[in-house]
Amino acid sequence: MVFLKRAALTAAVLATLLFLSILLSSRLQDVVFRVVMLSGIAIIMAVSLNMINGFTGQFSIGHAGFQAVGAYVSAALTVYGHRTLFPYLPEGGILPNSVQGFLAGAPAMIAAMLVGGVVSAAIGYIVGLPSLRLRGDYLAIVTLGFGEIIRVVVENTDAVGGPRGFTGNIEEGISIPGIASFFWVYLMVVVVILVARNLRFSIEGLKYLSVREDEIAAQAMGVDTTRVKVNAFVLGAFFAGVAGALFAHYEQSVLSSSFGFVRSFDFVTMIVLGGLGSITGSVVAAVLLTALPELLRSSLGQLGAEFNQYRLVAYALLLIILMLVRPQGIFGRGEIDFGKLWRRRQTAPATVGE
Amino acid sequence: MDQFLQQIINGVQLGSIYALIALGYTMVYGVLRLINFAHGDVFMIGAFVGFYAAKALKLTEQPTLGGALLTLLPVLLLTMAVCALLGLVIERFAYRPLRRAPRLTALITAIGVSLFLVNAAQLIFGADPKFFPSVTPQGEAGTLRLGGVTIAKDQMVLVISAALLMAVLTYIVNHTRMGKAMRAVSHDADAAALMGVNIDRVIAFTFGLGAALAGAGGVLFASLTYAKILPLMGVQMGLKAFVAAVVGGIGSIPGAMLGGLLMGLSESFVKGAPAIGGFEPSRFADAVAFILLIVVLLIRPAGLLGRFAPEKV
Repeated sequence: MVFLKRAALTAAVLATLLFLSILLSSRLQDVVFRVVMLSGIAIIMAVSLNMINGFTGQFSIGHAGFQAVGAYVSAALTVYGHRTLFPYLPEGGILPNSVQGFLAGAPAMIAAMLVGGVVSAAIGYIVGLPSLRLRGDYLAIVTLGFGEIIRVVVENTDAVGGPRGFTGNIEEGISIPGIASFFWVYLMVVVVILVARNLRFSIEGLKYLSVREDEIAAQAMGVDTTRVKVNAFVLGAFFAGVAGALFAHYEQSVLSSSFGFVRSFDFVTMIVLGGLGSITGSVVAAVLLTALPELLRSSLGQLGAEFNQYRLVAYALLLIILMLVRPQGIFGRGEIDFGKLWRRRQTAPATVGE
Repeated sequence: MDQFLQQIINGVQLGSIYALIALGYTMVYGVLRLINFAHGDVFMIGAFVGFYAAKALKLTEQPTLGGALLTLLPVLLLTMAVCALLGLVIERFAYRPLRRAPRLTALITAIGVSLFLVNAAQLIFGADPKFFPSVTPQGEAGTLRLGGVTIAKDQMVLVISAALLMAVLTYIVNHTRMGKAMRAVSHDADAAALMGVNIDRVIAFTFGLGAALAGAGGVLFASLTYAKILPLMGVQMGLKAFVAAVVGGIGSIPGAMLGGLLMGLSESFVKGAPAIGGFEPSRFADAVAFILLIVVLLIRPAGLLGRFAPEKV
C-alpha cells in the first residue's frame, strides 16, 4: 500500500511538473520565467550548501566551484558527444516546447546531470579529504582556494572556450543544447529538498548534526566523524554539480567568471540569511536573493546605469543591516510549518543543541 | 642566472605588497578571530585616496631615490590616516555590534562591507581606470644595473618603504604598551580583559593599524607598479594577501611577512617560467597562490609560523 501510494504521488508530481513546464515557459513573461528558472537553480545550490555548512558545520565557501565543474563537464559532454551520443538533438540547441520536445531532450539532460553531478562529487571527495586535518576557518580557506583553482584551470582550457566562455563547438556549429526546462530544474529542487529533509530528520542525519555541535563529543559517542564530513562534501558537491549542469543547459553558455568566489559568497549569504541549517529558510532566501536583483534590474533598469550603482550599494547596506539586526538569519534554525497535515513526524529532532 | 635574479627582485616587490596587506588580515584575525574580507577593499580605497592626494599635491618625477621617497611621504601619511579612520568606522559600525554573534554572521557582514566599499567606490570614483603620476625617473635614468640585473628605482622605493613600515609595525607590536595589549588580547581575550586591558580600544586600534598598512600598500602599489586604479582592484589582491597570511600562519605577524614574500616569489617565478611543450605555466600564475596554500596547510595545518593549538575537551 505504502509503495502504491508513493508511486502515485511521484507520478502526480512528475505530471504536474511537466504540465507546469510546458505551460509556464509559454505563458510567463521572459523576465519572470528567467527569475523562476534561476531561483530554482539557486535553491538547489543553497540547500546543497546547507548540508555541508548548516547540518555538518563544515565551513565551505567554494560552492560555486562545484557548480562550475558540473556546468563545464556536462556542457562538454553534450557538445562533444552531440553527434555520437545524442544525434536526435537539434544542432541549434532549442527544443520545441511540447511533450515530444521534452522526451527528445530527456536522455541528454539526465546524462548531463549525472555526469556533472558525479564528477563534481568526485572533486568534492578530494576537497573533503583535507577536512580530516583542517578545522573551521582553515577548511574554509581551502574550499575557497579550490574554487579559485577551478576557475583558473577552466580559463586556460581552450576546449571549453577559455576566458571567453563556452557556448559550444563553434567550428562545427554545435551550441550547448537548451534542454534544461522548468521540469528538470524543479524536479531537482524537489529531489534536493527531499534528500535534505530526510537527512536532517533521520538517525544518519543526527550524526551530521552532532559533528556540527561538538566534533569531539560526537567522536566519543562512536560517530565516524571523518566519514560524515566527507559524505557531506560529496553529497553537497553532487547537487552543486547537478545545478551546474542545469545552469549550463538553461543559459546555453558558461562563463568562468560567473563562478568566482564572489558567487560562492552569494550562496553562503543565502544560507546564513535563511538561517543556517534551515531548509525552508535557504529556499526562501535563495528565491529572495535571486528574484530581487533581477526584478529590480528589469523594472528600474531604464533609470540608467547610475541607478544600478545605487542598487548595488543599497543591496550591500541591506545585507549589513540585516545581519546586525538578525544575526541568526531570517528563520533561525527553525523551519516553516506547512500545517499539521504535512507533519507526520512530530518528534523530529529539530531542536538539537538549541 | 640573471633571469633568476630578476624574478627574485620582481617577486620581492610583489611580495612586499602582499605582506603589507596580509599584516592587516593577520592582526585582525589575531585579536578578533574574524576574517575581515573588507580589508582588500581598504587597500583599493587607499589607492584612490593616494591618487587624489597626489593630484592635489602635484607630484612630479624625482631624479634620486631619496627624493622619490620624500615626495611620496606626505601622500603616504595622508592616505594611511584616511584609511585608519575608515578602518575605525568599519569596526565601530559593522563589527562591534556582532562581537558575540556567530562567526559566520560576522563573516557575511564583512562580505557586505566589502560589497559596499566596491560599489560605493564605483559610484564615487567612476569605473574608468586611473593612473598615478610617476614619482621616479623613467627609462634608463630610472634603473640601476648590478651585473646583468636591472633594478628599477621604483621597485627599490617600494621595497624600502614597505620594509620601513613593517619595521615600525614590529616596533609597535613588540615594544609599546598598546602592542603588549594587542598581544595579550590575541593570546586570550578574556584573561586580558580581567587584567584590565580595554578590549574595545585594542580591537579598534588593531583595525586602524591594519587599515593604515593596507592604505599604504594601495599607494605603493598604484604609484610604483603603475597599476590601473579600479574599484575592483582590491578583490583579487585582498584574496591573495589573505592566502599569504594563512600560509604564514594567521595571527602571526612575522608569518604574514614571510607568507607575503613567499607568495610574491612563487607567483613571479611561475609568471616567468618558460613553456614546457604546449604547457605554459605562466597562464596558471593566479592559481599558484592557492596551490601553495593547500600544500602548506596539508603539511602544517596552522601555517608555516602559526601556533598549532591541539583541541582540548
